Amino acid sequence: MTTPNLVEKLTAKAGLVSATVRCVASMDEAMAYVADVCVGKEACQILASGCDAPLSGTAEALCETKQDKIICAPEMPDEAMAALSAHCAERGVKLITSGMRAHLGGIDIGLTMAAAGIAETGTVVIRSLNEEVRLASMIAEIHIAVLPARAIVADSYALEPRLVEWMGQPDFTAFVTGPSRTADIERVLALGVHGPLELHILILEDK
Amino acid sequence: MQDATTLKEYRKQLREALENDFQRQALDNFAVAYRTSRANAFADIDAPELIAEIAAAKDESIGRLEELFQEFKRHAEAAGTKVHLAATAHEANEIIARIGKENNVKTIVKSKSMTAEETHLNDHLEAQGFEVTETDLGEWIIQLRHEGPTHMVMPAIHLSRYQVADLFSEVTHKQQDVDIQKLVKVARRELRPKFCQADMGISGANFAIAATGTIGLITNEGNGRLTTTLPRVHVALAGVDKLMPTLHDALRIIRCLPKNATGQAITSYVTWITGTVPCEPSPRGTKVKHVVFLDNGRLAMARDPEFKQVLRCIRCGACANVCPIYRLVGGHKYGHVYIGAIGLVATYFFHGREKAKNLVQNCLNCGACKAVCAAGIDLPTLIKEVHARIQDEEGHPLYSTAVGQVLKNRKLFHTMLKSARLLQKPITGGTPYLRHLPMFLFKDQDFRALPAVADEAFRDKWERIKPRVADAKLKVALFSGCVQDFVYPEQMEAAVAVIASKPGVAMEYPMGQSCCGLPLQMMGEKQAGRELAAHNMNAIDAQDFDYIVTMCASCASYLKHGYKRLFADDPAMAYKAAQFAHRVIDFSSFVRDVLGITDESFTGPSKKVTYHAPCHLCRGLGVTEAPRALLGEAGLEYVPATEEDVCCGFGGTFSVKFPELSKELLGKKLANLKATGATAMATDCPGCIMQIRGGFEAEKTPFEVRHVAEYLAERLKRK
Ligand code: SF4
Ligand code: SF4
Repeated sequence: MTTPNLVEKLTAKAGLVSATVRCVASMDEAMAYVADVCVGKEACQILASGCDAPLSGTAEALCETKQDKIICAPEMPDEAMAALSAHCAERGVKLITSGMRAHLGGIDIGLTMAAAGIAETGTVVIRSLNEEVRLASMIAEIHIAVLPARAIVADSYALEPRLVEWMGQPDFTAFVTGPSRTADIERVLALGVHGPLELHILILEDK
Repeated sequence: MQDATTLKEYRKQLREALENDFQRQALDNFAVAYRTSRANAFADIDAPELIAEIAAAKDESIGRLEELFQEFKRHAEAAGTKVHLAATAHEANEIIARIGKENNVKTIVKSKSMTAEETHLNDHLEAQGFEVTETDLGEWIIQLRHEGPTHMVMPAIHLSRYQVADLFSEVTHKQQDVDIQKLVKVARRELRPKFCQADMGISGANFAIAATGTIGLITNEGNGRLTTTLPRVHVALAGVDKLMPTLHDALRIIRCLPKNATGQAITSYVTWITGTVPCEPSPRGTKVKHVVFLDNGRLAMARDPEFKQVLRCIRCGACANVCPIYRLVGGHKYGHVYIGAIGLVATYFFHGREKAKNLVQNCLNCGACKAVCAAGIDLPTLIKEVHARIQDEEGHPLYSTAVGQVLKNRKLFHTMLKSARLLQKPITGGTPYLRHLPMFLFKDQDFRALPAVADEAFRDKWERIKPRVADAKLKVALFSGCVQDFVYPEQMEAAVAVIASKPGVAMEYPMGQSCCGLPLQMMGEKQAGRELAAHNMNAIDAQDFDYIVTMCASCASYLKHGYKRLFADDPAMAYKAAQFAHRVIDFSSFVRDVLGITDESFTGPSKKVTYHAPCHLCRGLGVTEAPRALLGEAGLEYVPATEEDVCCGFGGTFSVKFPELSKELLGKKLANLKATGATAMATDCPGCIMQIRGGFEAEKTPFEVRHVAEYLAERLKRK
């Protein structure tokens, strides 16, 4: 399969599980998108809980831990960071690259670089030996992953040799397919039970 | 959790479950939706091939679990993980509690783990003073309600949004809305602080890859990721059967598991963790990580030729999704900790005979679980095996031994059937049904009319009706089964007429044949069943015939698959059984595929006929097309019914033991048949005919219920 076909397939499959997929021509375009999504998002509240929901004291207290709009972007390439800081500064968004444990109540956007994509299931593969990367993709209300088009493979078997190589030392790698979901109450689908409520995949076109 | 101590008490609990309308509706909706989503999920994939691959790979691993354990341990420990093997549930719990104490743990978050349910880990940890919170939404709900799961994948499927809203109102001390989306958000916020504060996270593991010492976790909610990331200590608890040689084995299972479980292509998260990863709050900067493997009988099971299959299970829950009984009564009554078909088997091994002995009788042997199993486990046979083992250990019930004795002795059995004909006279009132049933004998059986024994058995008519064939090209033995021989001889006669319509087929009805033995298997009388099988193989010398044709789907499937299994430990008899089985064929396949009967043989006006697919034909023998096609060849208009291949609830002796369940299943079947608009139904099994015809008769609905052979025979062109 050629790359355009894999991109198409991944886009279609990811769409089926409520992920948002965009193709971007440059890293700068990708970063502008990230900042836009953050600005377009509701106020600085913890969207996930719907702050109108009545909560117990402890749960309520978490709200206090978050007062700004925050993007956490650990381990992004320098080029991306430069672009993103510029966009964030312009739009008044706080950008951090570490210290996620101070934000366990939630952040607006966790930005990660995907190591691979799996077309067959619309999956992004996130390597996160770095704890900050791990947390960014779990704690955020919106997880945005940048996925280079050439890193997309047809199916999980095609990724096997690389995965095995990664597993040769301490490693934490995840296949992420769509946002967090549950159907535990009356089998009704609800998104964002513990993990992100939204997953955006930005496919970075090959140059 | 099923805890009845006697069968009587168990039946009472089942009746209560039947009255739970919400659960009934929820499970019904799920059963119907599941069919479609599973089919869609597998649309581009060769499911049987994938399942066969999984079964073969699992068998391979099961043969070398100890070796894989050592290999896993070597790699995991090199990467910083401590690996343990616990012989018993108690030992596993102790190890985990000790890890907690050594690391000064107070609070624990858990992500779903069936193995932890098996060991009752929460109770143990709480008794030692730890605070444990389940974080999978469904698990948290049932933890708060102090219940066990009712489904392996959807633990709280039995609860309504109203119940959950009430529960959450209690927990938060604020009134909660019944809106599901809001309830989920409340759970997200209530559980987030638990994750943040926990000192230790406990997870299960879907995979333990020996080659790299990696564990793999599959979840949808993301709680598994938080549990393994936030706390400074992580313990994974998994059965030793989760060990597999390579990543490929795991990737293969991932292709199947979510599709088979809920019809998802893949879960939201599949997380691979190797060794100890950086973790800020840990004093040494990396996570304290342990993997505890639980034996609890698994290693012994791996050496048991019959039951080692159980270890193939990948916990997809599909065997519950399709089980007609689970659908009626739910997981709390259809399992102990492990539920559904696999629960009926696993309970005996993991939780003991006491917990299993009632449960294991509650199976129709319909084969739906086997057909859907992601690992190709022959669940119905294993369920009957457990039943037989329990009876061997506990002593056989009197009635069951008695039936075994009678069936083993063909002459005695047949004499009893013939005298029944005389005894029943006062209760048939001259109709073909037993009218005023002596109620003390047949309690709760009035939901269907039971047929009377025929005036003359097929075997007594045979010499008179036997077609004489001069130059035979094909020699065929007829196997009637008891019901057709003594209750419905007309079905046999119809079959003989159809077969005789093609020239050159010589038919024999070997007089020494007796009951096929399936009822004995259903009752756990394995030894008597073996003797009966040997008897039948002597009565019908397979070498003398090209085919052994039977009109009863249950007999056919049992003769074909069951006999070989009965003699698995006796090579000479196994060979004989294989020769025998090789020649067995069901009536419809014989007529269509061997004789090649087509529309030219038939005449007469068309009418609408619907069909019921007997479990032992469609799943037992994989025959689905032949009977339906034959109805068409005969010029009848076949109208499909909804859930045509779902069991009618007969299940042989099952319907006598669990009449309430049989009645419910029959009710559904009748409703689906009526909904087709037809007033006639064909099928290939006298047991199903007995059940369905009896059901229509009891509710006084005029509906013709006959064997496929009868429809064909009445439309044969006269020569
Ligand atoms: S054989 Fe049928 S009744 Fe028995 S466990 Fe399997 S699906 Fe359920
Ligand atoms: S027995 Fe088969 S169908 Fe049932 S849970 Fe295990 S793998 Fe799934």
